[in-house]
Amino acid sequence: MPIQQICTVVSMERLDASTWWMVLEAGKMVERYGLRGGQFLHIKCGDGQLLRRPISVSITGQDEPEDLVTLIFEVRGEGTEWLSQRKIGDKLDVIGPLGNGFDVSKEGRYLLVGGGIGVPPLMEYGECLQWPHTAVLGFRTKDKAFPAIVSRFKEHCEETYLCTDDGTLGRHGFVDSQVREILVKENNFIAILACGPRPMLKSVAKVAAEFGVPCQVSMEERMACGVGACLGCAIQMKDGTMKHVCKDGPVFNAGEVDWDV
Amino acid sequence: MSEKHASHPEAEGIIASTVTQAALTQDRSIDLSVDLAGVVLKNPVVVASGTFGFGREYGQFFDLSELGGICCKGLTLHPREGNPPPRIAETPMGMLNSVGLQNPGVDAFIAEELPFLRQHDVKIIANISGNTPEEYGVMCEKLSEAGVDMIEVNISCPNVKAGGLAYGTRPDLAAEVTREAKKHARVPVMVKLSPNVTDITEIAKAAADAGADALSLINTLRGMRIDVNTRRPILKMNTGGLSGPAVLPVAVRMVWEVANAVKLPILGMGGVSKGEDAAQLMLAGASAVAVGTALFADPRAPLKVRDGLAEIAAKQGLGAVRELTGGVRPW
Ligand SMILES: Cc1cc2nc3c(=O)[nH]c(=O)nc-3n(C[C@H](O)[C@H](O)[C@H](O)COP(=O)(O)OP(=O)(O)OC[C@H]3O[C@@H](n4cnc5c(N)ncnc54)[C@H](O)[C@@H]3O)c2cc1C
Ligand SMILES: Cc1cc2nc3c(=O)[nH]c(=O)nc-3n(C[C@H](O)[C@H](O)[C@H](O)COP(=O)(O)O)c2cc1C
Ligand code: FES
Repeated sequence: MPIQQICTVVSMERLDASTWWMVLEAGKMVERYGLRGGQFLHIKCGDGQLLRRPISVSITGQDEPEDLVTLIFEVRGEGTEWLSQRKIGDKLDVIGPLGNGFDVSKEGRYLLVGGGIGVPPLMEYGECLQWPHTAVLGFRTKDKAFPAIVSRFKEHCEETYLCTDDGTLGRHGFVDSQVREILVKENNFIAILACGPRPMLKSVAKVAAEFGVPCQVSMEERMACGVGACLGCAIQMKDGTMKHVCKDGPVFNAGEVDWDV
Repeated sequence: MSEKHASHPEAEGIIASTVTQAALTQDRSIDLSVDLAGVVLKNPVVVASGTFGFGREYGQFFDLSELGGICCKGLTLHPREGNPPPRIAETPMGMLNSVGLQNPGVDAFIAEELPFLRQHDVKIIANISGNTPEEYGVMCEKLSEAGVDMIEVNISCPNVKAGGLAYGTRPDLAAEVTREAKKHARVPVMVKLSPNVTDITEIAKAAADAGADALSLINTLRGMRIDVNTRRPILKMNTGGLSGPAVLPVAVRMVWEVANAVKLPILGMGGVSKGEDAAQLMLAGASAVAVGTALFADPRAPLKVRDGLAEIAAKQGLGAVRELTGGVRPW
């Protein structure tokens, strides 16, 4: 069940010109309300923005006096700009926990696939998943592969493959070709967990389908209420129905999503 | 239980899930009840159709019995999937939506949603849209039978290509739909007007003459937002309905015009986010007010509006909030 919580900014770190690592004290949202990575918070970004902004939860921790929640975000427009200007001690009006997060209840080997700002929502899975897991992380260029993020995967995954669009780090190319290469060699994953831009999700979903591996994708859509009341954040399903990112997602089975619209 | 757990939720920064702090201190001597065409609301604050679903989601944030009424998400005779995404675009102090009447259909509402709503002490107002006057009639029969308190007839949704806009923009069609609804409804019928017309009083009069028991206004104003880089409209439908604080002055003006033109009680809405906004609509002639888009910024907005109204009434030495209705002193 979501609550409206006043959170305190306890740490604010700049990863590069446009990317921020923010830690919030969030009451007992983790311990009592079950907040976890892959879910999202709906954040009021000052009085200038009418609508809240959805930001994924990267890492959660039960703590005293309050639980801690890490958000990693990129400045895109006025809302995220306002968020990036918060200082330690500032208060944020937050609604959460919202959305489902990835389903990792089944025992088996998992393949985590993240692209760009879609990598952080996989961090908690990279670090804490109780089953064996391998990661494939894609970035535009070397400078966007922040060591603070990548190292967390490297420490806990069986293997962490890096890809860059420009070839400045790791494999030159997109994550889906790396995923294909892995699946050709060893097709023993119980599921792929993917987060990133829609075109990336679409191509990963295609590879997953080809190899018959169940694939979960974390989707984005413009939101108003964030809680399932306004029906604003619809995405189209293969069967012609609509589902809602805030309530039914953000994580969906890739096979259910209509990728051709 | 540890000392921590026993502490008051406010102390931990949770915005309490039942009564607001303001409500606790609110002056209980002020009568908040209002009468909307014979339906008595315990306070004048209703939530606007399409912004509150069927109550389940925001019911997690406060007790639905705190509201005067709930206008449910717009229903159609058959289920609808609505418009393709994106459906939402933010605008200066407002937003555009092109949800397009996505809903499970009137039968599913009656079977699955109404019993839940009925567990609360709050008036239930069903909102309906039809492709033909006959569809409005059938829905009115079903909903009266199912026991809603009131029916709000949406003749103004600007999103649906078939029907919607046409009824709300032509007096003869508005009258036809109103007559059909009245013929089949056994609860009061409130006709919801579109602001996308040259003279809203013409439509108001047509609905009144056709037997409407109340009027509600305004629905969303047609708008558009374009991404200058891609040169594409943000909404897949290109245009959508504007709501939120940006539309408040238009709503106040239209409520005032309609109140001067017809004798019917009015449910005023459009951009209300605080007590003062609601008081403006009431002074302009509304008997009650609806809160919609403000919920998205603050799930507890309707309760704040209610408490703000009570505070204004108290400051002005009124015994009842309803004394505000029609009290504007125009120059
Ligand atoms: C479930 C979910 C999780 C997200 N998690 C993260 C995250 O962890 N880190 C991160 O950097 N970003 C994340 N985003 C994207 C982030 O919400 C947008 O970048 C942000 O809303 C842009 O707001 P703005 O005011 O800065 O930009 P503007 O362009 O000024 O925003 C204008 C409007 O468009 C909406 N909007 C614009 N882009 C998006 C988008 N991609 N998705 C949804 N709404 C959008 C905004 O909410 C706002 O209403 C997430 C989005 C969703 C839906
Ligand atoms: C997302 C959304 C969906 C809506 N759906 C409906 C609807 O189904 N039927 C209807 O009569 N009005 C609908 N409306 C209009 C509102 O009920 C209300 O008339 C309008 O939004 C103005 O009020 P506000 O500014 O307080 O939101 C919708 C508005 C929004 C924002
Ligand atoms: S944002 Fe309102 S239903 Fe998802």
